[in-house]
Amino acid sequence: MMNLLRLLGGRTASAPVARERLQILLAHERGLRGQPDLLGLLRAEILAVVSRHVVLDPEKVIVRMDRGKNVSTLEVDIEVPHAFERSLAVAAT
Amino acid sequence: MAKVLVVTSGKGGVGKTTSTAALGAALAQLGEKVVVIDFDVGLRNLDLVLGAERRVVFDLINVVQGVAKLPQALIRDKRLENLWLLPASQTRDKDSLTDEGVRGVITELRTKFDWILCDSPAGIERGAMLAMRYADEAVIVTNPEVSSVRDSDRIIGMLDSKTVKAEKGERVEKHVLITRYDSGRAARGEMLSIDDILEILATPLLGIIPESQDVLRASNVGSPVTLNNATSAPARAYFDAARRLMGDTVTMMIPVERKGLMNRLLGRRAA
Repeated sequence: MMNLLRLLGGRTASAPVARERLQILLAHERGLRGQPDLLGLLRAEILAVVSRHVVLDPEKVIVRMDRGKNVSTLEVDIEVPHAFERSLAVAAT
Repeated sequence: MAKVLVVTSGKGGVGKTTSTAALGAALAQLGEKVVVIDFDVGLRNLDLVLGAERRVVFDLINVVQGVAKLPQALIRDKRLENLWLLPASQTRDKDSLTDEGVRGVITELRTKFDWILCDSPAGIERGAMLAMRYADEAVIVTNPEVSSVRDSDRIIGMLDSKTVKAEKGERVEKHVLITRYDSGRAARGEMLSIDDILEILATPLLGIIPESQDVLRASNVGSPVTLNNATSAPARAYFDAARRLMGDTVTMMIPVERKGLMNRLLGRRAA
């Protein structure tokens, strides 16, 4: 009965979607194998550069990546302490 | 010439231990002398699936640390005189396994057995790495499901780089064993097909084990499915896989569960 309903309902097969997602993901992951952890490296170096000028909480530096079909983005979110905000304001005047 | 075979997968719950027990038993039933080693330190289960859980005295860690000699730790199967088990430790820390210790055990077993089957723990940590470390061949157990296929791909990459064979520039012979396969669901496009999986993993197929209630029934009673119900669809598939490991050419078939008419009408699945 369930099978009959499914046939009548015309639900599309999900296996081709699974295959395509796997092919794209694995092509990417195989390329990364044996490579250094790029995100970790970026996070550490950005942290080192900014830390030269500002006292930072390493936990407050967040690096995010989103791989899209046409555009990929790298988002770096650094929370600065209040003391730094004040010195920025002084520098601006 | 002894062969060391690792049964691995990356992902947990896909049927590594069940397959190690079934392939080990099938090889023994075909006349080979087999030892199966449980590498899942702290979470041993091969003893339970083989029905030997009440006979464990010493384990792999005891042998590695020199507390027991290998013959003291080996448990001979009560039904198959060619089948032996080297259980994992249930209480020790998984870090008690050392590369050197494992090498010593495998080297000694090589002189006494035709087949040494290493049942890998899930994951890619120490236990899994040591289970594959000295392998000549590998069976990668894969379910027709995205997360299992992804993890299998990762494990294949490790077999090609982290094993002693790979480090010597040789190749570990790899085979994919597809378990929990439901040909009906694959035909309806609800499940990755055999061709999809083989194309993605680019690794030869050892066998296709159908989803079946016989597998659960066998582990319930502590008997490998090839022994508990030798004519069932999964048992026949494991026997074929064992013959292929021994070098025979066996036509690949997708074993079908014999379903009753009512079950078929209701589309009820085995399990």
